[in-house]
Amino acid sequence: MTMFPDLLPALPEILLAVGALALLMIGVFVGEKSTSLINGLSIALLVVAGIAVIAGPGGGVTFSDAFILDPFARFMKVLALIGSAIAIVMSIGYARARKFERFEYPVLIVIATLGMLMMISANDLIAVYLGLELQSLSLYVIAAINRDSVRSTEAGLKYFVLGALSSGMLLYGASLVYGFTGTTTFAGIASALTAEGASLGLVFGLVFLIAGLAFKISAVPFHMWTPDVYEGAPTPVTAFFAAAPKVAAVALFVRVVVGPFAPITHDWQQILSFLAIASMVLGAFAAIGQRNIKRLMAYSSIGHMGYALVGLAAGSEAGVQGVILYVSIYLAMTVGAFACILSMRRREGMTYEINDLAGLAKTHPVMAFMFAAILFSLAGIPPLAGFFAKFYVFLAAIEAELYVLAVIGVVASVIGAYYYLRIIKIMYFDDPATSFEPMPTELRVVLGVSGAFVLFFIIFAGPLGGAAGLAAQTFFPTG
Amino acid sequence: MYSAIVFLPLLGAIIAGAISIFGAHERTRPAVTNGHGHRRGRGHGEGENGADEHGHDHEPAAVGSRQAEYITSGFLIISAVLSWIAFFTVGLGDEPTQRYQVFNWFSSGTLSVDWALRIDTLTVVMLVVVNTVSSVVHVYSIGYMSHDPNRPRFFAYLSLFTFAMLSLVTADNLVQLFFGWEGVGLASYLLIGFWYQRPAANAAAIKAFVVNRVGDFGFALGIFAVFVVFNSVEFETIFANAPTIAGTRMQFLSWNVDTMTVICLLLFLGAMGKSAQFLLHTWLPDAMEGPTPVSALIHAATMVTAGVFMVARLSPLFEQAPTALAFVTLIGGTTAFFAATIGLVQNDIKRVIAYSTCSQLGYMFVAMGVGAYSIGMFHLFTHAFFKALLFLGAGSVIHAMSDEQDMRKMGGLRKVIPKTYWMMVIGSLALTGFPLTAGYYSKDAIIEASFVGTNTFAGYAFVMSTAAAMLTAFYSWRLIFMTFHGKPRASAEVMNHAHESPLVMLVPLYVLGLGALFGGMVFYNFFIGTGFEDFWKGAVFFSEENHTLEEMHHIPFWVVWAPTTMMVIGTAIAYWFYMVNTDVPKQLAARNDWLYRFLLNKWYFDELYDFLFVRSLKWLGRFLWKRGDGWLIDGFGPDGVSARVMDTTARIVKLQSGYLYHYAFAMLIGVAFLVTYLMFAA
Repeated sequence: MTMFPDLLPALPEILLAVGALALLMIGVFVGEKSTSLINGLSIALLVVAGIAVIAGPGGGVTFSDAFILDPFARFMKVLALIGSAIAIVMSIGYARARKFERFEYPVLIVIATLGMLMMISANDLIAVYLGLELQSLSLYVIAAINRDSVRSTEAGLKYFVLGALSSGMLLYGASLVYGFTGTTTFAGIASALTAEGASLGLVFGLVFLIAGLAFKISAVPFHMWTPDVYEGAPTPVTAFFAAAPKVAAVALFVRVVVGPFAPITHDWQQILSFLAIASMVLGAFAAIGQRNIKRLMAYSSIGHMGYALVGLAAGSEAGVQGVILYVSIYLAMTVGAFACILSMRRREGMTYEINDLAGLAKTHPVMAFMFAAILFSLAGIPPLAGFFAKFYVFLAAIEAELYVLAVIGVVASVIGAYYYLRIIKIMYFDDPATSFEPMPTELRVVLGVSGAFVLFFIIFAGPLGGAAGLAAQTFFPTG
Repeated sequence: MYSAIVFLPLLGAIIAGAISIFGAHERTRPAVTNGHGHRRGRGHGEGENGADEHGHDHEPAAVGSRQAEYITSGFLIISAVLSWIAFFTVGLGDEPTQRYQVFNWFSSGTLSVDWALRIDTLTVVMLVVVNTVSSVVHVYSIGYMSHDPNRPRFFAYLSLFTFAMLSLVTADNLVQLFFGWEGVGLASYLLIGFWYQRPAANAAAIKAFVVNRVGDFGFALGIFAVFVVFNSVEFETIFANAPTIAGTRMQFLSWNVDTMTVICLLLFLGAMGKSAQFLLHTWLPDAMEGPTPVSALIHAATMVTAGVFMVARLSPLFEQAPTALAFVTLIGGTTAFFAATIGLVQNDIKRVIAYSTCSQLGYMFVAMGVGAYSIGMFHLFTHAFFKALLFLGAGSVIHAMSDEQDMRKMGGLRKVIPKTYWMMVIGSLALTGFPLTAGYYSKDAIIEASFVGTNTFAGYAFVMSTAAAMLTAFYSWRLIFMTFHGKPRASAEVMNHAHESPLVMLVPLYVLGLGALFGGMVFYNFFIGTGFEDFWKGAVFFSEENHTLEEMHHIPFWVVWAPTTMMVIGTAIAYWFYMVNTDVPKQLAARNDWLYRFLLNKWYFDELYDFLFVRSLKWLGRFLWKRGDGWLIDGFGPDGVSARVMDTTARIVKLQSGYLYHYAFAMLIGVAFLVTYLMFAA
């Protein structure tokens, strides 16, 4: 161990940190006028960080083993960066139209993204907490960014209070784990568990740790904040919440349970199975009752996180590969869906009523077609991307002999298909209501890319699956 | 040439069908659709022309109606001329059986079915019957249907029927036969329901189809059985191997039965349906809801005789199954008598002729049953002429009487429509077997054959058919007297309108009248006379023991004269009842009320079937629909599940109260649950 840590593996994080501070300075000194400049620079910064991830070193451990870079981390980091960059892109038009252009917004997203990257690379419980809190604190502020709106501030406050509670649980769990294993490093925990096995206290710690993580991915029963925050926060913020932070949280989840707690896979498998079942079922049922499309997307994301957990619950290489593919596809589908939701703008303002989509096929045929494709994909209809996402995780569950989980998952996705199909029915078979304003260009591009990804997933399923498989191998070196 | 005979009508049907479809689109009133695909379509609210025989609702005729008529009729006349040429070439020539392969239809495993034309005497007889009557009916229809706006469709159906019938009679194997069999059934269904605006016509069409289904089911089983036993459906193979199969036994429905008997009985079940024999006869009278030319063509001359033809064609099989032949005799004799009794009291002019047809078909089956196939075919041949004549004549009457079919409202028409009258008289003479007319030769021959027949029911059939001869005479002359003689019972208005039919309708009558008068005399020798073996050349099979035709020449004198005597008695009674003392029938009916009602209600067969099958099946269907599908499957299936989903959703949505402490509580409960679970699980 050298005196001075090797900084190269953390290059993207360092870039983001320095860049964020610089942007903040620009904003402070130039004022609100600089918002569009900072938007652009933030996107550029995220892109540069992405290039640094891709072109940078393939692996390494630094900061006293607290920070790890491996294929899994690189894959997930790229996803998170893409998600964040798109979130900024999608916010531009909205912020301009709604007159809440704040230069802090892109800067906060960059800082949150920095937290995400650190989560993804965490190799120590303290690093986990560090990354998580950096991300979470930024998100609390972002949720309440439209501080003139009661709903936005309420959403931010709720998120903050519950987030604090979950952080407390996470810390409590982490301290229990430390208490029973005597170390905070993942490698140390793993070797301690291999040597001594799991005591009841350690399992307690694991439960609390997982509860804290489950809150971040809004798995049932730690999901309660999600619908309220999704609905209350400004829509671009919701779009951001639904994409990148989920990717990072899932990555962290994978890293924590598959890494240090691999020796007691059987224990956390049961916890995850419960979370997965509860999330899938609740997501499917609750979404049916929604009239507001943002709340519907909230329950949809709860359900999808349940499906992702199915793959993780399998605890195998195929399962992890399934999870990676799942979040990749989920990211693409979500940004596409939110590009559509952000386009639900009438002359007098935004609308989030599902019934206002009536007759979209006649007024905006291309948008309706793309949205329909994304919804079909979310419902898991072959040959769209969403089908393969579900296919891989269910396959992994079956191979791991988690039959009950797989069956419940399939049943839940059948129930869940209903509310997606209902939207399509409203768009295609109901008489048009008042028409929406034309789609802004940047949303068109996002929707186009997302729709193309969903429609033509079969074409690049091979390379993407290969990359995901490579990333999954990280945790199963012998396999 | 044979291909032309068979496929010209198909070509005509296709052209007329196309004209019908495209012509309908050219209508000034596009709301009314008349294409093939829309025959039971919606939007016929205006078509409520209840008693209107012609169904003319003042729509403009489809564009191209005239062309459709000429094309189909022209093709049919060509076909008919070619058929007669074929008849004489084959009948007088000495080639036994020719086979023209058209194409291989399909082959699957050992089952290989060709589409081939089998040309022998039996075929050419049928070709002549079918094409002659069909072409005559086509021409007649030009006049009869002249007010109907959907003529192209009508002619397309007629030609389609003719094609199906021709492929039936030229069939070289059972599958092709079945194709034609079902094809004529379809065409019959379409034509009975041609005036689909009328509920009665639709009901009759469905009834005809469904009742035929019963028979066809047996027929299909018979074909399967033939394939199982012979491993082939080719007539040639089957006939060659039939003697070796005779006497063997097979398993059928867990019974061990004689192979040939069960095959023949199953096949005969099909014939019973198609030829409206006793127990499966109920559809034929109702089929009179179709236009009259259809009744003449399909329900008198051709399709209904398909069953007879089939038995004759399969005579090599039936000859090996004496039990089946006895059954055929029983059914034939019963039908001949039973249908004739109903014919006595019917008042609808077409229904009288329909029951007469039924009865005559019974005669044909009697002939088949006693092994006198050629006689049966001869009767089929002559019957086609005089029965089609009677139907077309009745159509002419109906036409003249402004669509009145009830004979009680006719009378005194002799002066008004003399040509039709004389044609109807000729038809009746032939039907009743007046000496030297067509029916005299064929029907009397059947009665004689049944006398010498050797099977169990031959004696029964003889008694029945002789009695039926008297009944036939009675109802035939009753029809003539009620319709044409006496005082007019129709309203003055109708009588003033009454007019002789146009030439286009009369010429067909003349042609058929010619056949009815001289058909028997001319062809007697060919069919059943001394030259019959040279004529048939083995097309119908007679086993070694079958001597019916020889023995017919050595029968007592009284048997020869029995039918004629019966005919005279029947005629005399009819004359007495309806010309001399017209009160007698009423008194008789009043005195024997129950018998009269029994006959008038057709032995209550419709009521019986309605009670036994229709209502019980409707009840079952309703039960399965309401309880089975609606309550059980929908209730516990889609509806129930979706309702439970909605309930669950409503409950889950309530959990989302919006209160922070509820949310926090949920998280803590979750953790507590997980910890507890792992504590006890571990």
